[in-house]
Order: sequence, then structure tokens, then C-alpha cells
Amino acid sequence: MNPVPLTWYLMLSAVVFIIGVFGFLIRRNIIMMFMSIELMLNGVNISLLALSHYMQDMRGQVLVFFVIACAGAGVAVGLALMIAAFRNKPTPHMDEMDILKG
Amino acid sequence: MLPKLFFGYFAAMITILSLLVVTRKNLVHGIMWMLLLFVHIGGLYLFLNAEFVAAIQIIVYAGAILVLFLFVVLLLNVKEEFKGRRFISSWQGRGFAAAALLLGIMLALQYAVIAPQGKYSIEYIQSETHTKVLGTVLFNEYVFPFMILALVLFVPMIAAVVLAVKRRKA
Amino acid sequence: MDFVITLAIIVIKIAVVFGAVLFHVAYATYFERKIIGRMQARYGPMEVGPHGLLQPFADMIKLFFKEDIAPASADRPLFYIAPAIVVISAMTALSVLPFFDRFVIADIDIGLLFLLVITSLSVYGIVIAGWASNSKYSFLGGLRSAAQLISYEIAMGLSLVGVMLMAGSLNLSDIVRAQHQHPLGMFAFPQFLGFFVFVVAAFAETNRAPFDLPEAESELVAGYFTEYSGFRFAFFFLGEYVAMLTMSAVAALCFLGGWTIPMFMTNAMPFLSYVPGIIWFLVKVYAFMFFYYWIRATLPRYRYDQLMAIGWKVLMPLAFVNVLITAFAKRWL
Repeated sequence: MNPVPLTWYLMLSAVVFIIGVFGFLIRRNIIMMFMSIELMLNGVNISLLALSHYMQDMRGQVLVFFVIACAGAGVAVGLALMIAAFRNKPTPHMDEMDILKG
Repeated sequence: MLPKLFFGYFAAMITILSLLVVTRKNLVHGIMWMLLLFVHIGGLYLFLNAEFVAAIQIIVYAGAILVLFLFVVLLLNVKEEFKGRRFISSWQGRGFAAAALLLGIMLALQYAVIAPQGKYSIEYIQSETHTKVLGTVLFNEYVFPFMILALVLFVPMIAAVVLAVKRRKA
Repeated sequence: MDFVITLAIIVIKIAVVFGAVLFHVAYATYFERKIIGRMQARYGPMEVGPHGLLQPFADMIKLFFKEDIAPASADRPLFYIAPAIVVISAMTALSVLPFFDRFVIADIDIGLLFLLVITSLSVYGIVIAGWASNSKYSFLGGLRSAAQLISYEIAMGLSLVGVMLMAGSLNLSDIVRAQHQHPLGMFAFPQFLGFFVFVVAAFAETNRAPFDLPEAESELVAGYFTEYSGFRFAFFFLGEYVAMLTMSAVAALCFLGGWTIPMFMTNAMPFLSYVPGIIWFLVKVYAFMFFYYWIRATLPRYRYDQLMAIGWKVLMPLAFVNVLITAFAKRWL
């Protein structure tokens, strides 16, 4: 049915995940770091769906459903935290949020 | 041949777009590239016969999460980013670390073996429609996780309201 | 060879739908001005052609020959892309609408969900237009619009859940057939709560009066498209009217029986079954469009906090109640 090998999907998923990791490591803008996390989740979702398709099992898709819902919940809290943090220190730069340091 | 071509297009676009997302200086541009990225990932899901998940992907990620990002970027009016440096100073080292991780995953993938196949064949899903099959599995085998998910979505709602509402000084 | 023929049929279908919708949009503006004029005891456009019938073409020519201006401090790429996003998302929604039996460009199983996908994407055109213009009025309009659209999207999606439950399908053609089988013939009767929520949410989703805060002339000049001129402005206009047509079509398909009429009507008056389905569909769509104009001529604009309160405190609970009632009725009746 689908002549594209499973490994290709898994490789694509790994690449997206790693780009997310890379973005998380090199950027210090809090919103950009958040977006990198979303990117990582998407990479995982690709591999879950590909495995679900090739193993002819619905569990992977159910898991993707849960991942998407949890990502939404996480972003809602994270952005609320961000707004609360901005009130105290209006900077998007993570390294400047150092008031806890002595 | 045609499926491989389609996959090649989607894979190339997804890789390029995710690189664009993490390297943009202007956050609004990053978010717009990410919108395009999510649409492409949704297209890839269609290719995996997961039409319901593809729709959910775009509704939730593009329609809700990314709009929230855009909203926060616009509300907070992040201007400092334009002046400061884009990356941290030692980004090459971190890049090597990420590349090493990628290499590790790729090597591990060589040993991937497909487990025994389940009962949800492509023909079965196509005859029953994907939405129906996913719903049946979700509400029969995963009712309890689904209920926990409701709680998982409910608590952040309260948290977001509590955090974002300005406290009035008495 | 089969592939080529299928492709040709699809291309012809797209051309027909595109042409018909553009024609309807052109005359929707004309009838809006005429009807509102009559409601306010004046004539409306009368100069171009008999009774002003050629007015839409005059407007079109004027808009396309105007200078295309971009503000100096605008973000050029996004400024140029924003109207395209609005038009493309509005036009894509047309591809899943069945206009009459077996006439639909893409008969997909998740048709109704696809419509929600497309509506959720149209937010970007508006927000980006507001941000890229780099002007206070546009920015405020864009922000208001983003909040409004994502709030009312939830109510609209939930109001359609009742329809999905009753029809047991997301395919729009199947939904219409399920209504034809239903003794009442239209989901608007058993789903009156859902229909009410849908109508109010549809007005808000298309930025129409009384919820036209994103483009409130008297406070924001014109909201998110203040800085646009010429054919880019025309694109926003086109997008808005196509979205109105789509919403009317969704209301007709999901709640008013689409191209069918209730069985009891054809039983009472058998000659009605000879009328082609497209006529019924168009009658329903036109009636809904007229309702849009009527509301615009009648109601004043809501305040912003009132708009949000209606969306979150009235429509969403109502839609939830509707979903619950429908689910229980489906289970035990």
C-alpha cells in the first residue's frame, strides 16, 4: 500500500525533534524556547503516527491525541506564567531573569 | 514513486521550515513559519491515513496554540529581541551536541524492528472512516485516560486565570 | 486516462463554483446596500445601470485601478501575504460544501471538521494584517479580532457537535441525508439551541454587525485593514463576503436541510419534489444572507466586554447544554 519505508518517517521525526532540541539550546528568548518545545512534541507525534500506521494499531493515534491535548494545556499555563513574569521584569530574555540569584 | 515524491516534498519542507522557525529573529515571522510547518505536518498525517488527527493537529496547534503565542507576542510587544543577539554565544557547541544526539538516534533506528501487526488494517479504517475507529478505541479502551485528560485540561484553565489576572491592591 | 478525466471534472467543478461564488459575492454587496437602504427609507445605489445593477462592477473596477499603497514602516512580506491568507482560507472552505446532491468538489469524511480547520486559519490573515500595518488602529483591530474569533470558534464548534451527534457523521452530504430521513426534516427544530448558538457565533466569526468590533468605523477607523488600499483591500472584502456565504451555506446544510426539503412538505404538496435541489439550497442561503443584512440594519454594535461576556458566559454554556441534551436524547430516546 505505502511504499515509503517506515524508517524514513522515523528519521524525519528524529530530525524535527533534534531541530527542536537545537532551538531550545541556542535561543534564550522564552517564547522561542516554548516554540522549540512544541516542535519537539510534533517530532514525536510524527513517529507515533507513522508507527501506528505501519503496525496497524490505533494506540499510537490515541497517544497523539493525548499529546496534542497536553501540549495545549501546557502552553496555556506557560503563557500565563510568562505574562505574570513580564509584569515583574519586562524582558523576554531568559538570562536576564536572574533576581533569584544572590 | 509518487508516494515517495510526496513524502520527499513534505520531509524537505518540514525540515526547512523547522530550521526557519528556530532561527528567525522576529518572533512573528517565526510564528508564521511555524503555521506553515504545522500545515505541512497535517498534510503528512493525511498521508498516513490519519485524517482526524490531521484536522485536530491544525485546529489545536494552528488554531489555538499558535494564536496564543501570537497573542502573547503582540500583547507583550517584544521589541528587545530585535536589538539583542539572536543566539547564545556558544551556539556551535550546543549545535554539535544536538547533531551527536541526532546521529545516535539515526544509528539506533537501524536496529528498528516492526512489532506484530494489530487488527486495524488500512482497509478496515477506510471502510469504517478514521474518525469512527479512533472514537471507538478512545471511548472503549481508553476511557479512564480520557477522563484524566479532562482534568489535565481543567486545571491549567484555572491556573491560567489565576496567574494572568492582575491582582488589585487592597 | 481515467485519472485525466477525473482531474478534468474536478477542475471544471472548481471553475464553476469559483465563478458562481464570485458572482454571488459581487451581487451580495449590491443587495446589502439596496436592502439596508430600503430599511432606512432611501434608495441605495441607483446611478450605474438600471436601479444601480452594474454598481458591483463599477466598484470592482475602481478598486483594481486604485494605487496599491504600503505604509513605510510596514512589515512588507507579511503585509502583502495577509490579504491572501484571508481569501485563500475563505475560498478553501468552499471545496467541501455540497451544493446539491453529489455536487461537491471534495467529498471528504471530515467535511465539517475541515470547515472548522479553515475558520481557525482565517484568524491569521486578520491578526497579521493588523500587526504588519504598524498602525495603532490596525493593531487594535487585529488584537480584538483575534480574541473574538478564537472565543467564538469554541461556541461554534460546540454548536455543531449536536449536529454531528444527530447525523452520526462528519460528512456534509451524509448530514443532509440524515436530515432528510429525520421526521422533522431539518435539524433546526430539534437543535434549536445549537442553531441559535451557531447563528450568533457565525455573525461573530465573520466580523459582521452587531459584532463588527474589529472593523468598527467609528472607533478604529476600519480596524485591521485601515492601511490597505486598492485590490488588497478588495481581497479583505472578498474574503469577508465569501466567509458570509460559507457560513450561510453551513447553516443551510447543517441545520436547514441543505438541498432537501422536509418529507412532510413533499407529502403535503407533491409538486415541490420536482423543484431541483440547488433551488432549495440557494433559497436557504439567500434567506440567511438576508438575515445578515437585516440584523446589520437593526442592531447597534456591542461593547467589547459585552461581546466577550456573550461568547463565554452565554453561548458556551448554552452549547454545552445542547450537546448534553442531544447526547442523552440520542442514547435513551
